[in-house]
Amino acid sequence: MTRAWRPLVAQIGAETYMTLRRGETLLLTVGIPVAFLVFFSTSHVVSTGRESSVAFFTPGILSLAVMSTAMVSLGIATGFERGYGVLKRLGTTPLGRSRLLAAKVATIFLVEVVQVAVLVPVGYGLGWSPAGSGAGEALAAAVLATVAFGSLGLLMAGLLRAELNLAAANGLYLVLLLLGGMIVPLAKLPGSLAALARALPAAALSDAFHAALGTGGAVPVEAWAVLGAWALGAAVAASLTFRWE
Amino acid sequence: MPAEGSANPASPDHQDVAVACTDLVVRYGARTAVDGVTLIARRGEILCVLGPNGAGKTSTVECLEGYRRPSGGTARVLGLDPVTDHRALVPRIGVMLQRGGIYPMLGPRRALQLFAAYYELPEDPEALLDLVRLGDVASTPWRHLSGGEQARLSLALALVGRPEVLFLDEPTAGVDPEGRLAVRDVVAALRQRGRCVVLTTHELAEAERLADRVVILHHGTVVAEGTPRSLAADAGGSATVAFGAPPGLDVAALGDELGAPVAEESAGRYRIAAAATPALTATLTAWLARRDLTLSDLRTGRTLEETYLAIVGAEEGGDAVGHDGSGGRGRRAGRGAGR
Repeated sequence: MTRAWRPLVAQIGAETYMTLRRGETLLLTVGIPVAFLVFFSTSHVVSTGRESSVAFFTPGILSLAVMSTAMVSLGIATGFERGYGVLKRLGTTPLGRSRLLAAKVATIFLVEVVQVAVLVPVGYGLGWSPAGSGAGEALAAAVLATVAFGSLGLLMAGLLRAELNLAAANGLYLVLLLLGGMIVPLAKLPGSLAALARALPAAALSDAFHAALGTGGAVPVEAWAVLGAWALGAAVAASLTFRWE
Repeated sequence: MPAEGSANPASPDHQDVAVACTDLVVRYGARTAVDGVTLIARRGEILCVLGPNGAGKTSTVECLEGYRRPSGGTARVLGLDPVTDHRALVPRIGVMLQRGGIYPMLGPRRALQLFAAYYELPEDPEALLDLVRLGDVASTPWRHLSGGEQARLSLALALVGRPEVLFLDEPTAGVDPEGRLAVRDVVAALRQRGRCVVLTTHELAEAERLADRVVILHHGTVVAEGTPRSLAADAGGSATVAFGAPPGLDVAALGDELGAPVAEESAGRYRIAAAATPALTATLTAWLARRDLTLSDLRTGRTLEETYLAIVGAEEGGDAVGHDGSGGRGRRAGRGAGR
């Protein structure tokens, strides 16, 4: 391993270790998505208006999983690291900001791989048979959404005190869960609320996943536009407001 | 590197100078925290920055660490600007923050291994664990360590990159005796290896033990500077003698005998307001001997603590101790909250 990579690889290792060791993170990123997928696919609490509810819920829960990891888990952890002075201390090591952020991004993707590895078999076990435009588009949507949600998480972590950030991230998670077309189909929402929801990154991601991994059809252009705009806007806002102390 | 400089060692550009502030000013909005501080620390030297809370100690040190851009004047570490030359400087300095700074989930071994990976030629994490005596709790997450263990880990992390200059902010605040001993040993060893240590502290006894030189800050300015001994002399401390003996001596009778006032400052701690002449010492020991009392120690001049209180107290009109003691420990208690 060459010198320049050693700090980055060590940081990714530490970030991954800490992420996977945090009970509440595992509950949020794996436990809740699996429980939701099984519960909603096997009960009829929410009617999806489709023949197979698992065809709706698997892509929906996969988008929930991306949001949980990139926004909630990253945002809360980063907020506490700032509160504990960890980020400040790292500021006087040779690690550097770019490698720290790169390690955080890499860790999110690693956790997302774990989530997919758990959720996809569960979905198949429940009878999911994807017929969409495919994994390539889903991957592109996941990357854009990860940037958008990750930046939102960092934006809040930079603006709010750790405890307030914890509450805000969880609150936003709940709102986006309900308005994101992940569990409640957007068609079931009142018209004006559905219109608002469509402008948010959660619904754009679940639209993209539903098209790519669900019932078929191309990812709507609007979904790409909304995801792209949030990714760009939130990343710029996060980089302008982020504080290390 | 030799500890003693040759040509004009007081110049901030001299090669022996590891740390230098010149007319440093730090403002937070309308408030001026540091108001024209000039100080120097050389290689192989331990500089203690003392002062009550709000004196500007941390602001000064944070300029040197590159956390803060000075509002005026300059800060240089190893000849580099801590802000603009940040990347070149950070591999050569070690920092121990006053509180936290460590991932709460990581134990000492993992934390040291992680930090070791940041540096070109790090210390061996296992050797550092031994040095700061954390071998027994090497796998205990930081948040479950005692305050003293947390401070020792923080110190070890500051050492892992073999720094040429070490900044320690309150390294012994709320630290157990074992931790103090570890800090003291490590700092003394660093001086021998020609490293420069800049430490801020409230704990004057600690500063007196460790420091080669002391700078006392007050309201953002340097009010005194020198070796602990020279400071005591400047503050008029040389004209007193302190001694320890059983409590409750008849100080009036002793004072008559010595021809100078004697006060019992605390139980068993006495001070004579006179210079330590051979005659005075002889009279004191004879007086005690006649009463079969043991002299437990005898010291001329003042301790650094007494000197500090005299200097800061004079600046302040008293009450330097009052806001002094409220340092790190109280805030430490709040840290465990959350999650």
